[in-house]
Amino acid sequence: MIELENVGYNYGGGELLNAVSVQLAPGSFHFLTGPSGAGKTTLLKLCYGALNPTAGRVRAFNMDVHGLDRDQMAYLRRRVGVVHQDCRFLDHLPVIENIALPLLVSGRELSHEEANLQELLNWVGLSERAHALPPELSGGERQRAALARSVILSPDVIIADEPTGNVDWEMSQRLLQLLVELNRMGKTILVATHDLSLIRAAKNQVQARVLRISNRQLQLAGADL
Amino acid sequence: MSEGRLRKLILGDAQADRVVPPSGFTAQLTLFVSGAMAFLAVFALALSMASGRLADQWAEELARAATLRINAPAEQRTAQTEAALEILRQTPGVATARALTGEEQAALLAPWFGASVPVGDLPLPQLIEVTGDDAGYDAQGLRLRLQAEVPGAVLDDHTRWRAPLVDAAHALRRLAWVSILLIGGATAAMITLAANAALAANAQVIEVLRLVGALDSYIAQAFIRRFTLRALTGAAAGVVLGMIGVWLMPEASDEGGFLTGLGFQGWGWLVPLLIPPLGALVAFAATTRAATKRLGELS
Repeated sequence: MIELENVGYNYGGGELLNAVSVQLAPGSFHFLTGPSGAGKTTLLKLCYGALNPTAGRVRAFNMDVHGLDRDQMAYLRRRVGVVHQDCRFLDHLPVIENIALPLLVSGRELSHEEANLQELLNWVGLSERAHALPPELSGGERQRAALARSVILSPDVIIADEPTGNVDWEMSQRLLQLLVELNRMGKTILVATHDLSLIRAAKNQVQARVLRISNRQLQLAGADL
Repeated sequence: MSEGRLRKLILGDAQADRVVPPSGFTAQLTLFVSGAMAFLAVFALALSMASGRLADQWAEELARAATLRINAPAEQRTAQTEAALEILRQTPGVATARALTGEEQAALLAPWFGASVPVGDLPLPQLIEVTGDDAGYDAQGLRLRLQAEVPGAVLDDHTRWRAPLVDAAHALRRLAWVSILLIGGATAAMITLAANAALAANAQVIEVLRLVGALDSYIAQAFIRRFTLRALTGAAAGVVLGMIGVWLMPEASDEGGFLTGLGFQGWGWLVPLLIPPLGALVAFAATTRAATKRLGELS
């Protein structure tokens, strides 16, 4: 699905990542962990093409991400659902329209997707809040809405950046549950988190691999958690 | 542009329109400026068409009319006038030639001397009004012949004051066209500034749209449609007001001179209706250029 080959990233002030190689196989579940500022968000951005590596190659769906023009990049974003750290909504539109935004911008007929949309809202537990504006939502509701938006186009890969960052333990369990369900449906999942107890909780439910960024390198942290 | 895209641009996509948050005040400014520009364009257009008409009219009327003045001692005046009229009758291209009567000459001088001065007693030269036909006559040839046979005759074909008048009318028309071009350019510049401001103000919206996989063309269209429609609406209102203004101007009349001739005539009234679509076209091009440039700069 997504393949990083000797990827390095240099943000001008110094090297953040060096010789990172990883493959996200179809249907796999990966956690990405590491201390704050280690480059978790950067690595995720490299995966969905928001950043270009300064060394090495990133391949997504067998295409070199570096060679994509802006339109091809837009099509790539439709195949990769991203849950941003700070969610990123259009604050003047209600939740339901924000969740449907990927359908709208990809030219789908919204009236045909009405049932799917309702089902998705039920699944993330936001049916009651469908017509609230994003600033009126709680942290957990925002994260669930962002997750719903990221999966509405039924992407093959879902990348989530600290989806449980601002929510309590119960809510993070609920979000994890949703991600696990998506993985069981065959989606490839990559979640960045610094919350080790979340990773432990996931290990009971799903075959998850843990990647740790340490000293600018990516290591497979296996059984020690 | 494909037919589908054009149709989408005109009919719009109500849902796609909502993607960019509404911007009340800027929208009104855009409307106002494009309206004001269209209003000015109507007057520039009226000026250009009227001065063009005047130039043609003056050139044509003055080309046909001429005056023959006979300066001769009183006892020879009648004879010389007769001789001159005879020559004029024989000249090809002269339609009519008529000696002005004493009363007519007195009437022409009345504005200068007043009605009470006995103009008839003054040793006035005799005036002959010459009107050419469509083909016209050879002024130089006529002058030479008159010189030989009627020594006191001076032919004035009005060239001396006709040329600068026609030149002035042409210059006025050129100025009006330059104004129209400047108005178009200023509209384009203003829309570009407004579109850039809107794109900058909505940088976050654009970022979210890119994040969920929107193509640049989709994002650009939301802005292009907005500014094109605003320019069209504003210009339509400006043109209506401008045309009412022109329509309220006094009718063309001899007393009012050339100023009252400003306005449109006949089919000319349809020409200002081209201003709103042209304004919309200018806005479309300006916004497309601004959006393409701006979106290309983003990552």
